[in-house]
Amino acid sequence: MQRHLISAADLTRDDAVLILDTAEEMARVADRPIKKLPTLRGRTVVNLFFEDSTRTRISFEAAEKRLSADVINFTAKGSSVSKGESLKDTAQTLEAMGVDAVVIRHGASGAPYRLATSGWIDAHVINAGDGTHQHPTQALLDAFTMRRRLVGRDAGLGQDLSGRRITIVGDVLHSRVARSNVDLLHTLGAEVTLVAPPTLLPVGVGSWPCEVSYDLDSTLTKSDAVMMLRVQRERMNAAFFPTEREYSRRYGLDGERMARMPGHAIVMHPGPMVRGMEITADVADSDRCTVIEQVTNGVSIRMAVLYLLLGGNEPAVTHARTTEEK
Amino acid sequence: MSKILIRGAKVLGGEPRDVLIDGGTITQVGTGLSGEGAEVVEAAGRVLLPGLVDLHTHLREPGREDSETVLTGTRAAASGGYTNVFAMANTFPVADTAGVVEQVWRLGQESGYCDVQPIGAVTVGLEGRKLAELGAMHESAAGVTVFSDDGKCVHDAVIMRRALEYVKAFGGVVAQHAQEPRLTEGAEMNEGVVSAQLGLGGWPAVAEESVIARDVLLAEHVGSRVHICHLSTAGSVEIVRWAKSRGIDVTAEVTPHHLLLTDELVRTYNPVYKVNPPLRTERDVMALREALADGTIDIVATDHAPHPHEDKDCEWAAAAMGMVGLETALSVVQETMVDTGLLDWAGVADRMSFEPARIGRATGHGRPVSAGEPANLTLVDTAYRGLVDPAGFASRSRNTPYEGRELPGRVTHTWLRGKATLVDGKLT
Amino acid sequence: MDKQNAQQTGSEARPVLEGPDIARVLTRIAHEIVERAKGADDVVLLGIPTRGVFLARRLAAKLEQITERKVPVGSLDITMYRDDLRMHPPRALARTEIPGDGIDGRLVVLVDDVLFSGRTIRAALDALNDIGRPRAVQLAVLVDRGHRELPIRADYVGKNLPTSLRETVKVLLAEEDGRDTVLLGAKRTAQ
Repeated sequence: MQRHLISAADLTRDDAVLILDTAEEMARVADRPIKKLPTLRGRTVVNLFFEDSTRTRISFEAAEKRLSADVINFTAKGSSVSKGESLKDTAQTLEAMGVDAVVIRHGASGAPYRLATSGWIDAHVINAGDGTHQHPTQALLDAFTMRRRLVGRDAGLGQDLSGRRITIVGDVLHSRVARSNVDLLHTLGAEVTLVAPPTLLPVGVGSWPCEVSYDLDSTLTKSDAVMMLRVQRERMNAAFFPTEREYSRRYGLDGERMARMPGHAIVMHPGPMVRGMEITADVADSDRCTVIEQVTNGVSIRMAVLYLLLGGNEPAVTHARTTEEK
Repeated sequence: MSKILIRGAKVLGGEPRDVLIDGGTITQVGTGLSGEGAEVVEAAGRVLLPGLVDLHTHLREPGREDSETVLTGTRAAASGGYTNVFAMANTFPVADTAGVVEQVWRLGQESGYCDVQPIGAVTVGLEGRKLAELGAMHESAAGVTVFSDDGKCVHDAVIMRRALEYVKAFGGVVAQHAQEPRLTEGAEMNEGVVSAQLGLGGWPAVAEESVIARDVLLAEHVGSRVHICHLSTAGSVEIVRWAKSRGIDVTAEVTPHHLLLTDELVRTYNPVYKVNPPLRTERDVMALREALADGTIDIVATDHAPHPHEDKDCEWAAAAMGMVGLETALSVVQETMVDTGLLDWAGVADRMSFEPARIGRATGHGRPVSAGEPANLTLVDTAYRGLVDPAGFASRSRNTPYEGRELPGRVTHTWLRGKATLVDGKLT
Repeated sequence: MDKQNAQQTGSEARPVLEGPDIARVLTRIAHEIVERAKGADDVVLLGIPTRGVFLARRLAAKLEQITERKVPVGSLDITMYRDDLRMHPPRALARTEIPGDGIDGRLVVLVDDVLFSGRTIRAALDALNDIGRPRAVQLAVLVDRGHRELPIRADYVGKNLPTSLRETVKVLLAEEDGRDTVLLGAKRTAQ
């Protein structure tokens, strides 16, 4: 693995499988009376959040604390950032306090990449979502959820998602979740189809390693997993689609559509859901919908990423099997 | 002023000639000229060009002296072989009155490195609503002939039409920054394959092309000439080519960076590549080169846009748009046009001196290298190759996209009306 | 790869225990456990991955033969409790599998292949601490090669093997390596 986790596209298949396998072991810690490991004792991790995202921050924080890291939470609100202090100054200030890793959420695409590559700081950088670019730990937890549900908890160990058909529906244009998922799922051997109105697909999407369709109904019947993306109501005002009603009729997932999916197929959502827009309440609350599992799995995935990046003297070497010798 | 003999230079890339300067004028061009009483510059193997003219420079003064001043900007110009630059109007305050343009013009006179011709704003405050006092700026000491809201587009069709018409009264020209504002809301880079992956706001080619199409038709309708700033797309080239074939009085410029760099560089998220218009694709670059070679694009203009370090040492979204260019322009043109065989040095003189001077109605610049002409000259060591080192720039800013890149050619001497402003690569 | 792992057992390694020897000492250890634990009715065997797990399963089978009762057996991965984590790249994790009834109030017998510095067992005791509170913890190893760096000793030892620090001990088991043997060889100097 590389020193930082900036983009899902930076992960090799072996990196990704190692992270999923490690997360599977981390998940078992949650079942123990003491949900804590000493692994990152003495390491300091800062959660540097320039954008509000309580759920992602809490998920990282839970992961860091379960690994015994010291955690500093920094949110832009009420900080010197609102007084015009730059990302560079903020990051350097935090590093001066002895931070080993920076988990960064930023509204500007590429901000984590800049932080990792511009020589401003030495700490590891983990991207917790940047603009409309990437959200790699979300893609990893999604892949983890799919592998558990479609391959199996134990049967999935060491396995990728070869041949699984994944459909991602909604506002692809503004979605870092979609970009990360397309990259990672492709790396893991899945066949991805994006479904959206043409206005919500980026120009240039043809170069992505996936299929593109404007028609949800024709792809549903051959999907192993259907991932619904959040569609913000404000998009209506910018003429991306005419009305909420028309959007949900053409691209929303309701009980009737879900019934046409294969029996084993699951419904996913990165949250927060806009009920009535992209997903109806009965689908959101059905046992085929993995949204709560995804949240649980998020902690395991983030523990795995933190352990593999920070647990040793350098990031994990993919598929380095330690020989038993004493 | 003393006599100078430039010995054995390839004038416009042709056969070696001696050029004798006396005072501010070229007095003789020939072979075997006597250097008696003259300072002799041995120029064998080098190319002698008329002093370069830049129709599109941001000198930042008044208002942003932290990034550039008229003095530092004209020093950068002299380093790059320029003897005349047109200073864009988007200063603070905006150059939309006779007072501001006269101030810039006077600062240029005082600098002594390069003539500065201010460009006046088309609309008050560059706001696109109300025409600035174009006539007053023309009649001022600065004698403004080029008007532009550069940085912003004159997007209102009626305002554009009126401006095109109005400046006919005194032979002016409107230089349009073609950017449809609604299509470029939140735009951060060229819209295409790369923007889709990077998640940066797309800047569609059509936002430039649609404005150019409208404006050439407007120019035709009202019988005015129009100049298009920094063409950046293959589609824009096609529209200008079509307009010229119809006899529309349109001229167009391309920047050096659009002749060399593509949006693939944005993958680094390094804001040194953030510029308006954005870097486009390889296909666009090739179309621009071809258009500059065949004359569809008339001139090279730098769009020299200095920014202080902190405005680029940040995340992409927060960074300022623009790159410095005066000191690397000729090298980039040699790399992309001369060394590729698309243009000879006479062609370079045309695109970087004769034509920009003609479009801007500059007097005493863009003249042939012959007896009786003003001694505005640039001597280039075309065999040189070296790495670009911004630490050596005369500009106050360092935001070059070429740092560490090997480029050919080096301006060794620049003369402004017979006075050396650059000698052996060093400013005087 | 870290220094310790770069040191492979040399080609001149010689067997110190063969398949039948291993079977015999495991049988003996099983009897000792029954004897010392007075019937072994609250014993839980926890193997330390990788080879300790196979040894624990073999021991459980033997205990079941002796006691005619099911003996709970599981595994305890100590990777994240190691005191040398910071000296190597992170290792892939192995499975921790605690038998259904847990370890609280039980006699846990940790099972490993080789006892050397004692650091692995120290980590295992820490790991156990996060999982429950056994009545007592004992240690069974196939080979004790000496050179302890911590105050730890084994309760059940298959073979005491005096070694020098220039030697390596390698345990091969059929489940993982295709055959049963314990090899003693010279350390290959790290590059």
